[in-house]
Amino acid sequence: MDFSRYGIRKEEFEAASSVLGREPNECELRILGVMWSEHCSYKSTKRLLRLFPNKGPKVVLGPGENAGIVDLGDGIGAAFKAESHNHPSAVAPYQGAATGVGGIIRDILALGARPVASMDGLFFGDPGHPRTAALSSGIVRGVGDYGNAVGVPTVGGKTVYDPAYNDNPLLNAFCLGFVKLDRIVSSQTARPGQAVILLGSKTGRDGIAGAAFASVELSDDSKESRPSIQIGDPFAEKMLIEACLELQEKELIVSMQDMGAAGITSSSSEIAAKSGVGMTLHFDRVPLREKDMEPWEIALSESQERMLLIAEHGKVDEIMSIAEKWELDCAVIGETFEGDGYSILFNGEEVASLPPSLICDGCPQIHWPSKLPVDLEKRRELELDDLPLPDDWNEALDALLTLPSLAPKQWIYDQYDSMVQVNTVKGPGHPVSVLRVKGRDSLVAMVFDADPWKCYLDPFRGGAETVARTARALAVAGAEPLGLTDCLNFPSPEVPEQYWVLEECVKGMAACCEAIGCPVVSGNVSLYNESPEGAILPTPVVGTVGIIPSFREYLPSGNWDEGDVLFMVGPCNTSLAGSRYLRSRNLPLSGRPLEFWGEAEKDFIQRALRTARSGAASSGRAIAGGGLAAALVKDSAESGKGAAVSLGIPTRKDVVLFGEGGARALYSVPMGKVPLFKVIWNGYPCIVLGRVGGSSLEVEDAFGFTVEELGKKWRIR
Amino acid sequence: MKTAVVIFPGSNCDQDVIHAVRTTLGTEVAEVWHRENDLPSGTDLVILPGGFSYGDYLRSGAMAARSPVMKSVARHGGKGGLILGICNGFQVLTEARLLPGVLLPNRTLSFICRPCFLRVENTATPFTNRFPKGQVVQFPIAHGDGLYSLPEDELKALEDRGGVVFRYASPEGIADDNGNPNGSLNNIAGIISPEGNILGLMPHPERASEALLGGEDGCLFWQSILSFLEKGGR
Repeated sequence: MDFSRYGIRKEEFEAASSVLGREPNECELRILGVMWSEHCSYKSTKRLLRLFPNKGPKVVLGPGENAGIVDLGDGIGAAFKAESHNHPSAVAPYQGAATGVGGIIRDILALGARPVASMDGLFFGDPGHPRTAALSSGIVRGVGDYGNAVGVPTVGGKTVYDPAYNDNPLLNAFCLGFVKLDRIVSSQTARPGQAVILLGSKTGRDGIAGAAFASVELSDDSKESRPSIQIGDPFAEKMLIEACLELQEKELIVSMQDMGAAGITSSSSEIAAKSGVGMTLHFDRVPLREKDMEPWEIALSESQERMLLIAEHGKVDEIMSIAEKWELDCAVIGETFEGDGYSILFNGEEVASLPPSLICDGCPQIHWPSKLPVDLEKRRELELDDLPLPDDWNEALDALLTLPSLAPKQWIYDQYDSMVQVNTVKGPGHPVSVLRVKGRDSLVAMVFDADPWKCYLDPFRGGAETVARTARALAVAGAEPLGLTDCLNFPSPEVPEQYWVLEECVKGMAACCEAIGCPVVSGNVSLYNESPEGAILPTPVVGTVGIIPSFREYLPSGNWDEGDVLFMVGPCNTSLAGSRYLRSRNLPLSGRPLEFWGEAEKDFIQRALRTARSGAASSGRAIAGGGLAAALVKDSAESGKGAAVSLGIPTRKDVVLFGEGGARALYSVPMGKVPLFKVIWNGYPCIVLGRVGGSSLEVEDAFGFTVEELGKKWRIR
Repeated sequence: MKTAVVIFPGSNCDQDVIHAVRTTLGTEVAEVWHRENDLPSGTDLVILPGGFSYGDYLRSGAMAARSPVMKSVARHGGKGGLILGICNGFQVLTEARLLPGVLLPNRTLSFICRPCFLRVENTATPFTNRFPKGQVVQFPIAHGDGLYSLPEDELKALEDRGGVVFRYASPEGIADDNGNPNGSLNNIAGIISPEGNILGLMPHPERASEALLGGEDGCLFWQSILSFLEKGGR
């Protein structure tokens, strides 16, 4: 049996044969090939993912379900998850991105939550590379067209440009939904003797075995993978959302699962395995889009906008009439029974029979060897003595602000409906996106962030910094981080040096999560992001969700008032390693990022929360990409106010202004609140930078611009 | 005041507009599914909400304009009842020929979502009577097909009869090309029927009706309708 053509390794074939007591047939092998792909089974990373803390006082649902849920109080939860759709977006940018958005929305829906906000992580190649314009515009249109039509606002995100993504752009989609905690739908609650129902679009040949496609490197013949690309229909998705929420509201379903990777097979076998029931599926009852589909094609089709429902037989008629109202196909395709069996019948013949436990949990894990990259020490070489200070600081700042990764992303956000559902208090382009919860005082805040350059130079520190950045931004805005979701985008784990980087990144992220008490509640892994031209940078992307008790306790950024005192809290002596500033001077990616200091991160979060909640500042911004200089420019431009700043610090001025990393923030404090502010930050590094006022931002012995000029450089609504 | 919000498959601003009417006016709002043949009795105002009815697949608003409920919406308008179409609802009204003109793809050929400034051109309407003439208000737009167009002679007739109610403008109220987000002829953002009871506009007043969300200019819009009806308008 040539199992390798189905993506099955020898030990996997043997494991399956030993459980079955026979060799799997072709259809079964195809099913296992997809379900045991990296994308579905996490066989290379399960061990690593266990390093993440996943419990906390606010965690209602941790990893293992369609998404995680944190408690927002008042009986409401926030269900959220991020997922990558990198390979499809690289081959068919528009459809790949659109179906990425659609897929993550269904993950949230599967819990019975109404999807209320999306964010996107976009990683594009060098803007000068011939493919970047088409890829980036296609991906952005795909995200926008789908989200806009389905009526889920895109409220924020992260966009990065680097040559490492020339051939492998990344599209990570985040979605958050609100759910009543006593109405969460689970995939673990099916019982024997219930109906298995397929709701939504007809099943076609699109996207067959896409999960397997996502688990290998892209090659020149990846274009032939086009049939593996799914086609999105946001109109059908909107109907599906309303139908599923109506079914849930009327308590007609006992379990639900979205059909993403590996379609009917994964959704049905996961419900069976998690609920501990057996399942029989009749594939001749599946509404098909095309004639003469083979059973394995039906099993693995990734046609979009479909959900699998489990319901009591007595509810089927009512479910059918709701489906009819929303103009969706709906068919009973099977039933559950007692036992660990999973059987597919086609025209009366059994074409596959596998225990659900084998499909979902039977894949042997892989321990790839790990090895320190030989060039790591060299990457970290950065001799500041060889780096002269800028001759012209204004020019240096201009170069920084026009760096594609740092420049305003209005051309992207303008294409996204960021306001539909009328919950958006702060939309895209701000450090933190904020939603209100209708009928309640509390606000939900969220951030989606990444720093692949730091991860490349020191994966442990970079991983920790990535998590810390999101938590700092939330805390400064007054939001207590409740939990996070992550997308781990990496190249092949089969290269020992690349596996080491993955391992270290995860360890760093986990260390930060532990230190600040922010658990990982959901996530996704995307490996094999490389092509013959090279591998992507190690790119963990983190989406963190926090809660602000009320609008009064929300501290905005870009909100300076005349006469305010500007403070910087946090260490002055940060690092230019992997900084935007080095990029803007066309220097190689080099240096060693700051050491991660968990105690300081925790301390910073507590103080930042007190600052926001006691009203001790009029504006606050965590210092991140582009360092203090970028924070000053953004705040000044958005406030429409100038300031006179002097840095009375012996540290090198470029390091103070452009250095990155560490728990730092820029605050603008009304004169009357200065004593309170100082009390809050007593015992933490804290310096006065200057006063807000005048029509220009002047940094002594460095740069100076009028507010009008800054408004043009940092155009933001 | 009784409002009926029509929900088409793919509408996605229906709940937003219901929320805005309820929170700003506290009046009764009914949801009407597109397959209904009749509007609830005593309906004063019919709202066709924004969204992507039928996915905008044929032409924006084209399929929804042929929904069963549209016959009674047209009858309601024919009797002088108030009809408001926002964004996709405006597109539906033009497709149903209840308002003149068409909405073409934005001149950028892309979807645009951003706050926009509008100049209130006609305050003698049931929808704008609480605004001072020439006032600049801020309502967001969110559409791909918002370029309002119609033949030159009809455009002139529309302008001559004061049919243009809202015009895209600068924050200072200058309605030139700089303030025009989508290329609409004469910066037109919203128009009213000759009888003065059917209004269509691309911007979203329901997204500008709460301070928490960044703007309250839309409140006067809803209050205008209530004032009109309370004074015996119909």
